[in-house]
Amino acid sequence: MSRLPTVTLRVPENTESDGREPSPDNEGALHSSFCQLIEEQSSLVAGAIEMELQERGREPSALLPPPHPMATTGLEPEQGEQHPGYATTLRILANMPSRTIGRSRGAILSQYYNRTARLRRRSSRPSLQQLSLTARSSLRHYDLESDPAHSTLADKQSLLELLSLPPAQRSHMLLEVPLSLEEKRSLRRQLSQKRSTPGLRAHSADPTSPCAWCQDCIVLGCRTFWYRFLALVHTAQPWHYALKQIGGRFGSSVLSYFLFLKMLLMLNIFSFLLLLVFVVALQAAYPPAVASPRPFTGLEFLTGAGSFTHSLLYYGYYSNTTLNDPSASSPSGNTSPPRATQLPYNMPLAYVFTIGASFFATCILLMYSIYHSFGKSYHVGSSTGVLAIKVFCAWDFKVVQRRSVKLQSENICTQLKELLAEQRLRSCPLSLPQRLRHITVLLLAWLLALGTVLGCVVAVHYFSEHMHVQEQGAAAGSAWQQEGVLLALPLIVSLLNTLMPHFYNLLAAWEKQDSPGAEVYVAICRNLLLKMVVLGLLCYQWLSRRVVCSAKECWETCVGQDLYRFVVMDFIFTLLDTGFGELLWRLILEKKLKSKQKPEFDIARNVLELIYGQTLTWLGVLFAPLLPAVQVLKLLLLFYIKKTSLMQNCQSPSKPWQASHMSTVFITLLFFPSFLGAAVFVSYTIWSVKPSETCGPFQGLQTIYQTLKVWVELLEESNPNIAWFSWIPQYLVENTIFLFFLTGVVLAIIYLNIHVLRGQHRIIRLLEEQIANEGEDKRFLIRKIRSIYEHKEHCA
Amino acid sequence: MQLKMRRGELDSAFERKLHGRYHEMAPNVVPMDYTKDPDVKLPMQLIINMPELKENPFKERIVESFSEDGEGSLSFNDFVDMFSVLSEMAPRELKAIYAFKIYDFNTDNFICKADLEKTLNKLTREELTAEEITLVCEKVIEEADMDGDGKLGFADFENMISKAPDFLSTFHIRI
Repeated sequence: MSRLPTVTLRVPENTESDGREPSPDNEGALHSSFCQLIEEQSSLVAGAIEMELQERGREPSALLPPPHPMATTGLEPEQGEQHPGYATTLRILANMPSRTIGRSRGAILSQYYNRTARLRRRSSRPSLQQLSLTARSSLRHYDLESDPAHSTLADKQSLLELLSLPPAQRSHMLLEVPLSLEEKRSLRRQLSQKRSTPGLRAHSADPTSPCAWCQDCIVLGCRTFWYRFLALVHTAQPWHYALKQIGGRFGSSVLSYFLFLKMLLMLNIFSFLLLLVFVVALQAAYPPAVASPRPFTGLEFLTGAGSFTHSLLYYGYYSNTTLNDPSASSPSGNTSPPRATQLPYNMPLAYVFTIGASFFATCILLMYSIYHSFGKSYHVGSSTGVLAIKVFCAWDFKVVQRRSVKLQSENICTQLKELLAEQRLRSCPLSLPQRLRHITVLLLAWLLALGTVLGCVVAVHYFSEHMHVQEQGAAAGSAWQQEGVLLALPLIVSLLNTLMPHFYNLLAAWEKQDSPGAEVYVAICRNLLLKMVVLGLLCYQWLSRRVVCSAKECWETCVGQDLYRFVVMDFIFTLLDTGFGELLWRLILEKKLKSKQKPEFDIARNVLELIYGQTLTWLGVLFAPLLPAVQVLKLLLLFYIKKTSLMQNCQSPSKPWQASHMSTVFITLLFFPSFLGAAVFVSYTIWSVKPSETCGPFQGLQTIYQTLKVWVELLEESNPNIAWFSWIPQYLVENTIFLFFLTGVVLAIIYLNIHVLRGQHRIIRLLEEQIANEGEDKRFLIRKIRSIYEHKEHCA
Repeated sequence: MQLKMRRGELDSAFERKLHGRYHEMAPNVVPMDYTKDPDVKLPMQLIINMPELKENPFKERIVESFSEDGEGSLSFNDFVDMFSVLSEMAPRELKAIYAFKIYDFNTDNFICKADLEKTLNKLTREELTAEEITLVCEKVIEEADMDGDGKLGFADFENMISKAPDFLSTFHIRI
């Protein structure tokens, strides 16, 4: 990498008033600092040209070799032309600012400094993803082939620029500037030397506020500590090697499924810990008196009934009183020595608050992941450039196994051919009858899909009613019969959820969509619709209690048990699906059909199964506080089973799969129908449903929400000073006007964002035109230079 | 394993891991003690035999872009540079700069048609026909070239990369 000594520019930050952003039209204001340098450079270049012309006059045959063996623009295709000014033109062109990126240290620093100047004025940490390149070459540095005296001056200037930054930003800038490690280290050394000289310290640090400097030091120290901690966490990540193995063999697309699984695991562990600390552990320390514990048979793991009914797993176990209450004295009046520390713990309040807090925290975490993921995958701009992106970004550098690398080459080759064919097809579109046929096929396929969804829902409804009748009948039968009847409905629902996606795949094969991307979206839509509609029906049945759990006294425990059974059945069917879908299919392909092809890992279907399982957990948290623990166990087992099956039985997907885009889609799907639906269900239960009379923490109340109202009233009575606290639930939560106001604000924000995006589209188009115009300018100038040389040649 | 090094801005655990890998490639040459800044460079042949790079079609270009002398021999600092740029912690702009260097086969700071053809041949192991390669090269330049000079400068390349959200995850080697 050749490096030329440079002169860097001091960007005087006080040329513009604070707060006024430099705009593309305001060239004059920014150029004032560069005028001198432009003059210097132009005089130097003119001097060089003069010198060369004189030399040519002395040695007409000598041709100065061009600095790089290249053709400059399309204007000089004739290599054999011994143009006298050709070499000089090449040298001038090679010194142009746009061609010297990455060549010199001062240049890089100065460029980076200029770019982040605006953001640093806002004193916020510049994120490189938000920076936009300016098309103007005036803000880039001017590269000069100058003597060493200039270079030391340049270094000093760049160092002074760096010193003028606050230390936090300086270290951040050194981290992210694209220089090699050795240069960064030498820069740091020089900076620390310079800092030790007191003269410069007074110049650089702000003399009027030593506490600002202290603050900077503290922030820097905290940030360094945080980075070290993150790095430690990063290397101590669970499954680091396993994920590397999977990425190495199958690439980023299959890896995204496992990363999604890991994210769900973390969410569940968080909810579980919250519930454990505030609800479960305390209730376990103060167990209520249970009538007669039933004997343990192994079937409880499957059905969740039997001896598990009166356990920490379900709602009915939790007491509705204040635990460890010091005011509850024994009725006989015998004096028991008062315990030193007796902290009362209001169990119903803790229950409802913890569930609310876990939902709220999950909501915030999900919204943050969506925001993060959207930032990576969405951009404002045109959608052209698919082929270029495929050539430069499709090769997954993580893939290291020879067979997978070969497969990846073949995939990219196929995709490039498909893209070329698609572009050829686009130039000759389909005729009218073909299009009509295509549209009718699409309509038919959608009608069929919606019809099957409706059919499944009706089937589930009638089946659950039938099972209810059977349950009444089997109450007199053996334990096995009873448990069997309980498991029937989850079995049928899981069976439908497993078989229907295959049917939809067949439908998609008949339909033959235009692009593979659209195929994936349509498949996801149909599967999601089926799952959510069936879950909606089940939620309605649970809350109305007309069919399921109608005979039970403690209906919440019954609903909790039902959800537990659904989670367990879902896990069993996932295992069966992996076994039959992947293992058996591979054996069939190998032994019977004797083909080398292995089954592909269907990413969309597997992710939707994960989303479905997570929805069940969120629905059931209110009725079975330990359900997140069950889900954690299930996800852990699922990771290892899926990984083993993947390694043994599958091959990497051959269709193109935009990993980061699809990850955003999946997290959005997890948030929008899945989490929000569960949140609505739980909110409705807390708000409007009457809890059962005989069991659970909310016995005897009208609604679960009443606990909060009672508590607020108690607070008011005990301490009249905080009467304002009761204002919050009354006016904010129960008043509908506040909710309307919030909705209005959200809609206004969305509307503004849409307009901002439109404006950005327009600016991008204008900037692209400007770049094209500047290319034209360059060509014009080169032509002029050549004509000047020719003229001089003629005259000489 | 005693490791004495000057502390850089990277996290030391990562650097220690890289030092372990660098050392095991040539245990007789690479010292354990780096405080005296020894001038040790490993040749390209050793580096491209690393399991993470062995099957990569661009392995020579990757090593050349990070080497100081352009020949492909990496000192330890260059080695750390390489794997930190290719890690998931590096910012997008840094990755774009080095990706541009990697795909620029003739090191003229431009990705011209010849560079594109070489890239395509390496990507597809020469499975595409000559006509298809020409077509793809023309289309790529048409799509990405903004100032109309017939080849891709760094600005064009970076603009195109910004439209590809997958770039950060594909231009990533796990070590």
